[in-house]
Amino acid sequence: MQPIKPKGPGPEVEFKAYLKEGRFMIQKSSSTGEHVFYPRVAAPGSGKTDLEWVEASGEGTIYSITVGRSKTGGQNVAIVELAEGPRMMTRIEGVETAPIGAKVKARIADIDGAPAIVFDLAEGGKA
Amino acid sequence: MSAHPLRGKTAIVGIGGAGWGEAPGHSAIELLGAAAIQAIADAGLKVSDIDGICAATSTHAFPTLTVAEYLGIRPTFFDGTNVGGSSFEMHVLQAAMALDAGVCNAVLICYGSNQRTAGGFVSMSEPQWHEAPYKPRNPITGYALATARHMHEYGTTREQLADIAVAARQWANMNPAAFAKGPLTREDVLKARMVSDPLTTLDCCLVTDGGAACVMVRADRARQLRHKPVYLLGAGAAHSHRSIAQARSLSTSVAAESGQRAFAMAGLKPSDCDLVMLYDAFTITTLMFLEDLGFCPKGEGGRFVEGGTIAPGGKLAVNTSGGGLSCVHPGMYGLFLIHEAVTQIRDEAGERQLPKCDVAICHGNGGQFSSQVTALLGSEATL
Repeated sequence: MQPIKPKGPGPEVEFKAYLKEGRFMIQKSSSTGEHVFYPRVAAPGSGKTDLEWVEASGEGTIYSITVGRSKTGGQNVAIVELAEGPRMMTRIEGVETAPIGAKVKARIADIDGAPAIVFDLAEGGKA
Repeated sequence: MSAHPLRGKTAIVGIGGAGWGEAPGHSAIELLGAAAIQAIADAGLKVSDIDGICAATSTHAFPTLTVAEYLGIRPTFFDGTNVGGSSFEMHVLQAAMALDAGVCNAVLICYGSNQRTAGGFVSMSEPQWHEAPYKPRNPITGYALATARHMHEYGTTREQLADIAVAARQWANMNPAAFAKGPLTREDVLKARMVSDPLTTLDCCLVTDGGAACVMVRADRARQLRHKPVYLLGAGAAHSHRSIAQARSLSTSVAAESGQRAFAMAGLKPSDCDLVMLYDAFTITTLMFLEDLGFCPKGEGGRFVEGGTIAPGGKLAVNTSGGGLSCVHPGMYGLFLIHEAVTQIRDEAGERQLPKCDVAICHGNGGQFSSQVTALLGSEATL
């Protein structure tokens, strides 16, 4: 068995390159239909390597949320469950906090000079 | 059903501790070393009798190498498994397997940290690239997210969580080795500074210095040593996630799996436990492990702990040392659970001694509910 010679960059670099283009991409196994986030070389559990990049719908719900407190104020950290299934760490913008179960919509924002996925409360997005 | 081949085959025969609380001027390896020497002497053994080392710390890349050199041990078996605070319950299982297989004859399990006097919480845990932009304050962010979810799903309240901290303090007040003492009320916990909603400073464990150690040998040799042996009856382990967002559930931990494995190996059930030592890094961990290990139904942990159920005089003896919340918590706490369980089973716990302590469960937690390892310890009467 000869070792694999990877072609091009790996999924972390590819994901970040898409983000720089303004696109929120996640992976999908073409054989099982399962979505994967964070990006990997194989789907966790099944080990399928037939992962393709697909545009995320950007729709999700807040699975949990906390507000880290400091002398300068509070900043929330949330886990959002994407409509496609996977969960991700993120922040909810424009509010100090929001109810678990609230519907949210993804947006690409600049955090410390790099693009990152954040979420806004969806219109009529109360839990 | 025949007993599991590891049940009762090995025993803890010595324990040690050093610098619990504040130990200015002492390095992590000095605290570890002092605790190790005390444990070896407590066992009635010599340093030269030790031929196995298990260690994990927050400051040493190769802890078994550091320990072996520092103490002048040339081990035939060593294990530096590091899965966070539960590493030491895993080390007990590893040591039992190595001893039973005849790979070694006497294993030292040890830990030390000077994080409090060295300037605060220390972790070698690397940031996860997909989480780093959001600046989680690990580990509290993960535990706060789990707490919020548990409250959402089961109606758990901050008052119920506060009662866990109050119970721990009441036990600590009976332990001369405990660091945080004095009266503590539910209101004190609720009014303390919020760190990460819904957890206040008093929902969080202490940040202390401290070293701890124990020595394990095979049961036949244990019976010839100084103290009543504390037998390993069963142990079980489980992994969940590395990043909190990847946890299958935030409101149920894989303690449900590790606990079942440990109870199955021991041939025991939760109601057999006289002492329940649960890794209390935060009030939510005690609550969730009571549920996931089967001491109360899932979702009932909040109502279970209300009104002093787990405090001195309550119906279930939990964290009788005062726990990580009020006794000692030097970064990784797993070995301190074992120290208290051995103390109680040996009938050496003084004012807080339980009237009967033959079976103790020690449940270790690592990361952010990431790794769970459960060990069941017992007196001669349990064999």
